[in-house]
This record gives sequence, C-alpha cells and structure tokens, in this order.
Amino acid sequence: MPDTVSWPDDIFDALTAADVRQVAYVPDAGHSRLIDRCLTDATKTCVPLTTEEEGVALLAGGWLGGERGVLLMQSSGVGNCINMFSLIQTCRFPLLSIVTMRGHWGEFNPWQVPMGQTTEASLKLSGSMIFEVEQPAEVGETVTAAARMAFEGPAAAAVLLSQRLIGAKTFGK
Amino acid sequence: MTDNLQRADAYPLRRREVVKKLLEDRGDTLVVAGLGAPNWDVTAAGDSPLNFPLWGAMGGAAMTGLGLALAQPDRRVLVITGDGDMLMGLGSLATIAGKQPRNLAIVVCDNERYGETGMQATHTAGKVDLTAVAAACGFPITETVADEAGLAEALPIIAGANDGPVFVTIKVRAENLPLDMPPKDGAYLKDRFRVALLGVDNAV
Repeated sequence: MPDTVSWPDDIFDALTAADVRQVAYVPDAGHSRLIDRCLTDATKTCVPLTTEEEGVALLAGGWLGGERGVLLMQSSGVGNCINMFSLIQTCRFPLLSIVTMRGHWGEFNPWQVPMGQTTEASLKLSGSMIFEVEQPAEVGETVTAAARMAFEGPAAAAVLLSQRLIGAKTFGK
Repeated sequence: MTDNLQRADAYPLRRREVVKKLLEDRGDTLVVAGLGAPNWDVTAAGDSPLNFPLWGAMGGAAMTGLGLALAQPDRRVLVITGDGDMLMGLGSLATIAGKQPRNLAIVVCDNERYGETGMQATHTAGKVDLTAVAAACGFPITETVADEAGLAEALPIIAGANDGPVFVTIKVRAENLPLDMPPKDGAYLKDRFRVALLGVDNAV
C-alpha cells in the first residue's frame, strides 16, 4: 500500500478518538498498516486470533470489564462468527467490526466469492448495522459514525471497506 | 491413556462440590461460566452480579475471560467451563497463551460428556488431554486434578497464582444434576455485572 494512501491512518485516528483499547484481528492485507499502527500504540492491546469468532467473545469480555474494542477481519471471517454474534444480540453488547471485502469487486479468486457475496446479508441477518465505504476520503468519518452507534447503542455496527477502496488482490496475475 | 468411554462414571470428584470449593473464598473474583453444567454449578454455589453465566455462545467462555482479564488486569478472573465448550474453542488456548494474562485462570470441569444433549462422549473420553494442549500452547501453569488431594493443591493456584495464565482440568464424575439456573436475560446479566464492577455511572 503506497504511503500516499491515508485512510488506514484515518481509521487509526477514529478508533483512538473513540477510546478503543482492545484490537482483535485475523490479519488481512487491507488491514496491515492499521494493525502495525495499533501494535506500536501503548494505549491499545492487540490480540491476534486463530478464528474471528474468538474476537466476538473477547470484546464481549472486554466490555464487561469496561473497555471498548474493535474486530478487524476480512469478509470470509464474518462467516466464522455467525453463532457467536448471538452473544452480541442477546446481551446487547457493542461490537464494532471493520471488514475488508474480498470476493466482491474484481476478485480473481473464486473461492472468496461465496462469502464475499453474502457478507452484508449475513451481518444484517445477525443483527448488525452496515456502513459500507468506497471513497478514501469517507473512511475516517464512517468509522467514527459506526463507533458512535456501536458504543452508544450498545449494538453491532460493521464497516465494510470496499474492494474498490483496497484494490483487488491479483497475486501479479 | 486408553479409550474407556464409561470411566468418568466412576471418577471420585463431584462437580457441584468442586465448583463450590472453587468459589467459597472468591472475594472479588470475576467469574465467567461456560454454557450448560458449569453455568448450573456456578449458580448452585451462589448467584452473584460478578458472575457472567453463558447460556449459549459455545466455545466462547475462555475468550470472554481473556477480554475481561485484559480490561481488568488488577482483578482475578476465573473461567469455569466444560470440556465440550473448551473443545469448541480449542484455538482460543493459543490466543490466550499469546497474551499471557497473569490474572486469568481457566478451569475445565471435564466429565468427558456432552451433558445437556444426552451424555454423548466428547473427545476427552478418548485420547485428548486438554491440559497437555494448554501446556503446548504456552500456558505456564497447567495441572490435571483427579482426586481430593489434587484439588486441595490446585485451589490456591487457581485462586492466587499471579504468574499465570493458569489452566486446570478437573476430572469430574459424569452425572446429570438438577438444573440450578441463573437469570437468563443476557442484557440483564451483562448490565448487572457492569454495574457491580464499574459502578452505575460508568455501566449503563
């Protein structure tokens, strides 16, 4: 990702302004710069996960203890979370997720397509609000808006970062 | 370990008594209970606002404990769960060991059965050793307890070791006991926990 791109820094600033302390993630190329920034910020605890549903339970526990968190994942990870989302809905926990989309626009790998095409519907069926963003200039304000509605709810709010924003991965093809 | 799917029928430790001992001197310990029998056991020992008993979210008890332990590093956090829940969240042992929270203890009451669904055997009735998995993931303190003497040795470690995280498997008899249920409204359970821990001004 070229240094001229600033939206990962805008996400970092929005999360910091929202007092997000726990950053749970399964890595994605689109989140790599944000993860690097979070790893070097002493106010945030970064928790790499083996599967995304762990992050849902982690952040529920964090909220029980008085801390705000965010779950960073790619669209395939949403499918791994479905039953654990019931914890959020039943208990009315906040859940702020930032999802990098795959299989959605110009995808070269067909194995990413089934989950990418159903990510938004899956989140909606699980009770999450959706904030899709395609324009780099709108990323920061979108995360700010979603964070406010997640933590003031409390409720589930997912920001979907479009593949048009991130750039479709090609592996040089 | 040989396969003997019925051996837990004869284990000497009884889960209600074990959990009662785990909690009788809990002080201000924060407790997360996994779904099913561990929830009923923790409730039978005495419902408390500082209990967060899960009625679902299978596989999520240990991670809920991690989030809580990271948010409250000066408080003791105790997760009491079952072998079925722990097996569903096996990867979380790797995640927790990666963070090394010193204030977190995970206790699995292992009856080698899915108790709520007809007592079908879990993988711990076969060759799976959850304590060995936790040790291999990097938990610094791990123990398997199978009798009263072992339990007496483990209790102070579970309650107080500050060089954790601690992981203890307690082999308990496979038995169906009366369902001792806490409130089941999840929003209420969450809010009462936060009010008790954080104060009402910070909680709701």
